[in-house]
Amino acid sequence: MRPTRLAALSLSLLLVSACGGGESGPAGPSAAVAASNSSDSGDGGAGPQAPSTPTAAPRPWDPTAGIAKVSGQVSFAGDTPRRRKVDMGSDAECSGLHAEKPLDESAVVGAGGGLANVFVWVRKGLDAWVFTPPTEAVVINQQGCVYIPHVLGAQVGQPVEVRNADPITHNVHGYSKKNTGFNQTQAPGSNAITREFKRSEVFVTLKCDIHGWMNTYLGVVEHPFFTVTDEDGSFDLGTLPPGDYQIAARHEVFGLQKQDITIGADGAAQTLEFGFTEED
Amino acid sequence: MSTSGAAPRSPAFGLLFYALGILVVAGFAVGWLPEVSSAHGHGIDRVIRYLLLTTGTLFLVGCLVLGRFILTYGRGAPQEGAVLSERTQLLWAIVPVLLMCAISEVGVLVMALPVFGEVYGEPAEDAFEVEVVGKQFEWLVRYPGPDGVLGEVDHDKVHDSRNPLGLVKSDPAARDDIVLRGQLHLPVGRMSIVSLRSLDVIHSFTVPLFRTKQDTLPGYTAFTQFTPEKEGTFELACAELCGLGHYRMQGTVTVQSEEELAQWLSEQEPWL
Repeated sequence: MRPTRLAALSLSLLLVSACGGGESGPAGPSAAVAASNSSDSGDGGAGPQAPSTPTAAPRPWDPTAGIAKVSGQVSFAGDTPRRRKVDMGSDAECSGLHAEKPLDESAVVGAGGGLANVFVWVRKGLDAWVFTPPTEAVVINQQGCVYIPHVLGAQVGQPVEVRNADPITHNVHGYSKKNTGFNQTQAPGSNAITREFKRSEVFVTLKCDIHGWMNTYLGVVEHPFFTVTDEDGSFDLGTLPPGDYQIAARHEVFGLQKQDITIGADGAAQTLEFGFTEED
Repeated sequence: MSTSGAAPRSPAFGLLFYALGILVVAGFAVGWLPEVSSAHGHGIDRVIRYLLLTTGTLFLVGCLVLGRFILTYGRGAPQEGAVLSERTQLLWAIVPVLLMCAISEVGVLVMALPVFGEVYGEPAEDAFEVEVVGKQFEWLVRYPGPDGVLGEVDHDKVHDSRNPLGLVKSDPAARDDIVLRGQLHLPVGRMSIVSLRSLDVIHSFTVPLFRTKQDTLPGYTAFTQFTPEKEGTFELACAELCGLGHYRMQGTVTVQSEEELAQWLSEQEPWL
């Protein structure tokens, strides 16, 4: 090989390695996914781009390693937000599906002050483990011109299935900053739209371009330690192994909150309190 | 070069020009414009008809002359014609141009300026004020509420379902604002002034039967005004290709009496 060709080849290899040699994030949809640290971007937590400094190679998650229960409460302080009836006035077909219009899901506070539809997850601290995504799909349904559920979670690589139960055409438009967005019309009776997300992101937002009030929020994380609160505001993330963690709670309107916890070898349960309020 | 070859006989071709001219002008002369339902719309229609009449007449004359030339000179060997003087040629070139300018520019300006004044001039003092905001792919309508003032908005507070226009809660004027999707209600016989914004891309507010059309631009507030003449419901559409859902970007304009409008507004809840 002539020196010039050798130099070109070397340069190419150098460039490839400098660019990361391919995706440094989670592997493909069917592969197991390793949690990692992330930049403090407020979404997802463990992201694909954050260079962690692992002391040991991640190992497959061992459910018996979890010894300390992590649970808590998400509350709302201040005047309870009024829930409006969803305005479907721009579409007679959608309006016709309801004798009584459904209530807006964007700010739901229970009688005890619990805040519903908050996505709570382990944002940092599970770097040492590799998680295999479930093969069972998470289902989002379009029914009565609203998305059901309004907030949900899925693991990286887990199928997310969007169905249309309405006799009306919808348009599922996925907005994402870290994953590939999509925009697909879904006629009545047509097949479900199935997507898998390759990177952690809280939230991926799904909207209907035809009906402006329709939206749903999907939290995508690498591991199964996530949940969505209901009107009592309580959450239970399951049991975690000893270590340092960051627990985060995100609401579509009221924003993101984070708390750092340490689980000791004694396995003492951790109880957290998140409090949200409304800005002017 | 020889010019002795016989040109094709073409009476049919000449007659085609006659037929084309007559059919086109006759076609446009009949009442093909949709019903007009706003005060200034009659002026718009007058300008359109004037343009059709004048340009149609010129088109017809052109067709007749061309047809006549084809019928007269399009058969047999080419004929020697008189060579016109340069002055005559100049006259035949300049006079039609000046005539066209007078007809199209001056005529249209004279007819359209009053209409322009109606649409963009000083609004009536008792004009009904409403805001229409374009967003892919719907129209959001905001009414000022009992205080008659549209409150402050902040784009950072926009949330599709909770606060689609980003109303600022701390502004008392915003607290009674009414926001509805695609439902524009206006009084009959009274000027309406519509302020127009866009939350994303360029849209165009158009109510065809009002003969009104105004682009909405992100970061800019545009205005248009008109006086609905007839009660009823009319289509509100987007006249600027704004994305995949452009064809669905519609709303309804309901024109009703002052009493009915006041009653309807009193039944609507403020957004905040």
